[in-house]
Amino acid sequence: MTMIFGVPLAVFMGQLMLGLINGAFYALLSLGLAVIFGLLKIVNFAHGAQYMLGAFAALLGAQYLGINYWLALLLVPLVVGAFGALLERLVLRRIAHLDHLYGLLLTFGLALIFEGSLINLFGVSGASYPIPEALSGGIKLPFMFLPTYRGWVLVAALVVCLGTWFIIERTRLGAYLRAGTENPALMQAFGVNVPLLVTLTYGFGVALAAFAGVLAAPLYPVSPTMGSSLLIVVFAVVVIGGMGSILGAILTGLAMGLIEGLTKVYYPEAANTVIFLVMIMVLMLRPAGLFGKEA
Amino acid sequence: MTKVHASSPRLARRHLALAVAAATGLGLASSAMAQDAISDGEVRIGYLADMSGTYRDLAGPGGLEALKMAVEDFGGEVAGAPIEVFSADDRNSADVGANTVRGWVDQQNVDLVAGMVASSVSIAVTKVLEEAGGLAIISGSAASSITNEHCTPNHIHYVYDTYPLANGTAKAVVEQGGDSWFMLTADYAFGHALESDVEKVVTDNGGTIIDRVRHPFPTSDFSSYILQAQGSGAKIVGLANAGSDTVNAIKTASQFGLTQSGQQLAGLLIFLNDVHAMGLETTQGLLLTTGWYWDMDDESREWAERYFERVGKMPTMVQAGIYSSTTQYLKALEDAGTDDPATVRAKLGEAPINDFFARNGQIREDGRMVHDMYLAEVKAPADSEGEWDLYEIQATIPAEEAYRPLSESSCKLVN
Amino acid sequence: MSTTTTSPTPTQTRARAARRRQGMLMIVLLAIALVAPLFAYPVFLMKVLCFALFACAFNLLLGFAGLLSFGHAAFLATGGYVTGFLLSSYPGLTPELGIVVGTLAAVILGTLFGALAIRRQGIYFAMVTLALAQMMFFFYIQAPFTGGEDGLHGVPRGKLLGLIDLSDNLAMYYVVLAIFVIGFAIIQRTVHSPFGQVLKAIRENEPRAVSLGYNVDAYKLVAFVISAGLAGLAGATKTVVFQLASLTDAHWHMSGEVILMTLVGGVGTLFGPLVGAGLVVSLQTQLAQSPLGNWVSVILGSIFVLCVLSFRSGIVGEIQNMVRKNFK
Repeated sequence: MTMIFGVPLAVFMGQLMLGLINGAFYALLSLGLAVIFGLLKIVNFAHGAQYMLGAFAALLGAQYLGINYWLALLLVPLVVGAFGALLERLVLRRIAHLDHLYGLLLTFGLALIFEGSLINLFGVSGASYPIPEALSGGIKLPFMFLPTYRGWVLVAALVVCLGTWFIIERTRLGAYLRAGTENPALMQAFGVNVPLLVTLTYGFGVALAAFAGVLAAPLYPVSPTMGSSLLIVVFAVVVIGGMGSILGAILTGLAMGLIEGLTKVYYPEAANTVIFLVMIMVLMLRPAGLFGKEA
Repeated sequence: MTKVHASSPRLARRHLALAVAAATGLGLASSAMAQDAISDGEVRIGYLADMSGTYRDLAGPGGLEALKMAVEDFGGEVAGAPIEVFSADDRNSADVGANTVRGWVDQQNVDLVAGMVASSVSIAVTKVLEEAGGLAIISGSAASSITNEHCTPNHIHYVYDTYPLANGTAKAVVEQGGDSWFMLTADYAFGHALESDVEKVVTDNGGTIIDRVRHPFPTSDFSSYILQAQGSGAKIVGLANAGSDTVNAIKTASQFGLTQSGQQLAGLLIFLNDVHAMGLETTQGLLLTTGWYWDMDDESREWAERYFERVGKMPTMVQAGIYSSTTQYLKALEDAGTDDPATVRAKLGEAPINDFFARNGQIREDGRMVHDMYLAEVKAPADSEGEWDLYEIQATIPAEEAYRPLSESSCKLVN
Repeated sequence: MSTTTTSPTPTQTRARAARRRQGMLMIVLLAIALVAPLFAYPVFLMKVLCFALFACAFNLLLGFAGLLSFGHAAFLATGGYVTGFLLSSYPGLTPELGIVVGTLAAVILGTLFGALAIRRQGIYFAMVTLALAQMMFFFYIQAPFTGGEDGLHGVPRGKLLGLIDLSDNLAMYYVVLAIFVIGFAIIQRTVHSPFGQVLKAIRENEPRAVSLGYNVDAYKLVAFVISAGLAGLAGATKTVVFQLASLTDAHWHMSGEVILMTLVGGVGTLFGPLVGAGLVVSLQTQLAQSPLGNWVSVILGSIFVLCVLSFRSGIVGEIQNMVRKNFK
């Protein structure tokens, strides 16, 4: 058997595959954060909670309204995204003129409220969301058994990531968005409704988190605390990629998934920590992250 | 008042001579003399548990309800004194837990501290009680070190610990032919302890440990570790972790077809609420060791149904244990006629405990309550007749075999 | 703008009056602190003082140097673990020595972290400190001397200077009070010294401070180290008081909690962190034992939101604004 650093080739390839899947997932979550930071300059500490709300909405929708997985994948981001837009309109806007740090603190408080409320309503054990019929079972790859659903997560996350990148970098709407980031006052003067743009952008970022939540629902137990541990990892991804950089978030997400995957093989104890090590090294060498513009 | 209780200190002293006097020594007798009946004319029970975090569902608010049930069933008073119950959330922090209990002792003169889940909290609390004086009955914690190197004369460990979990499940699995193991261990003290307990049992019974991997605590994505387990070729994948980690690992294993490819999972610390949350589809066939199961006989069912009416969920073994231990405590207090912790503690150790929860129970001098444990298998969905019909009890592990024998103890109270 | 005049300008008179008011306030507070254990539970008061010192240390960095650290838990935990480990493994060691060594450990760690972190600004600074603190968290989980998840228990309080038995809560309280006063005095001196003035200048306009020829990085680093050291002192004291050190202190939630305390009390005010710590600690203690216990995090979150939306200068800050408006 071919060995790579003491690990059979097949296992090694399998681990790379899993790393890539996790990476796509990180990319999806960090993309939402990057979009929000890009335009609103808010470090959205409630992102983990919004991801959790997405998973919960899917679960409750299935339990009480009979909404199936595919419909949930479409509806939940819309509903949670709308809720996000409402939050921006009613709360975040009031501190838009202040230092960015206040945005971080405010969203941190919001995350505590969401999580705490749901813990009281549903407990912490979490509930199972079934894998949709069409995606159950698995595919036998030459080097591993890949559950179909994981394959689907990889495809869905990548498609949404690239779609978002395309909208922001290649369309007229995206051009407005980018211009709004650079110079909101000028855009306003050109007759673009910047406040609306900001509300929609925040809503969109939240919708991405909710979409990731629905994708994750069949994989992990749906519980109120599912977002908080993921949050700071996703943060690290965004910081490494360069805050506000769309492409940076996507590529770094994938890369971090791979690095973390390999750590799980060679030094599993450090799997949760390795990303922070990378982050420190990157920030020391490139202050604005891998893809960020120097301020 | 004085007349009624005049004989009680003497009584207590006599019983003491018969009982575990060896463990607690002479100092106890004098303190029993000094203590006159019920301090402040009230018996105070403080319930300390994780009410809002990871371990909320296995004890938490349900455990408090069980404790209140025990007090109500006892008539709301003991030895002529009313019983007061208060509670606090320890938020799984040793800091918060120890401070809360220190406050209870200093300010409220608490007689019994009940509940307690996270091992770090329990150890911290018992250190406080050992110094300040008081009694705790720990129901939720897993670490067997609580009555081993961390034992004190001031606490009892009631429901279960890691030793029978390893002993019961691992031994049964090896005997059924599962002789090669891959260990998936949470990378902290509890996981390490459970891992070494399991490995000892496996090798002692003729099995081998092929490999082990230690994952950070907590971990949400187990796919990488499951893949490593699959690659190892071991027959059994042992999960030396708890709570959401175990749940995640089991879910992932089922998605990756671990059991279909001929391997079997051995969950070491799994509670009823975990199985309920994951569903039978995912967990069927899982072997586990439990201290109690609501559907194991008429007595248990009767109590569980009363609990269900109040809480809306079936009780875990911890919640049942809280009811049982509180009742035992109140009985002992009534017999002793005083709430002096040392006297009540001695009284508790005197008689075997048999109720709906414990069979052949006995509180040893190291504070361990040994009782029969059960090997259970999670039912297949087709065999389950209701939402909470989850386990099939396969075997009883007799009390004297289940727990760490005193001859292996490193507890300072055992000589 | 600075012209030397012999007679005090109105601004100077006002500043002097303000300082006199502050001095009076301090004396009153100290008097209250001295008699407090007669009325309140000493262990609770000690907890407040430890967290107040921690929050004051944090505030030195955020309020006076404008640096938001999201990793201060690392220093609290380092102070606590080192002191706890020393006192429990070397029974001959007196508590004050343990605390000094624990504080020194935090100072060393602060120098290392500071040297890395101050090279970045704003959000990036916060993120670097968070990342470094996460690495320390990992270290403390792995290191055998911390007891990992179980924590370090049964740390002896010992005898101060080998003479005064600290197992008595009242004796312990006055020691903690003394430590707090020393820590507070250090912060007070730092803020009002020329060094503190330069820090404020950096906070307000860093490029200008650079152009004036100040070695901005060195100033920031010193501020960071002082803050880290005092956070370590708070952690070390806390360990002696509660006789335990646990991972709770190293978790990033602790870094969030100290921000909350400072924010509620008033960022950049001397007494704000004290008030904030008192409020948050009492809330946690009271709520945990009330029927509302399960809602602690929701209530804390709401306070966070409310503070950011309406009371950005915190309780003390708002009071100061009111005083300034009404008693010019």
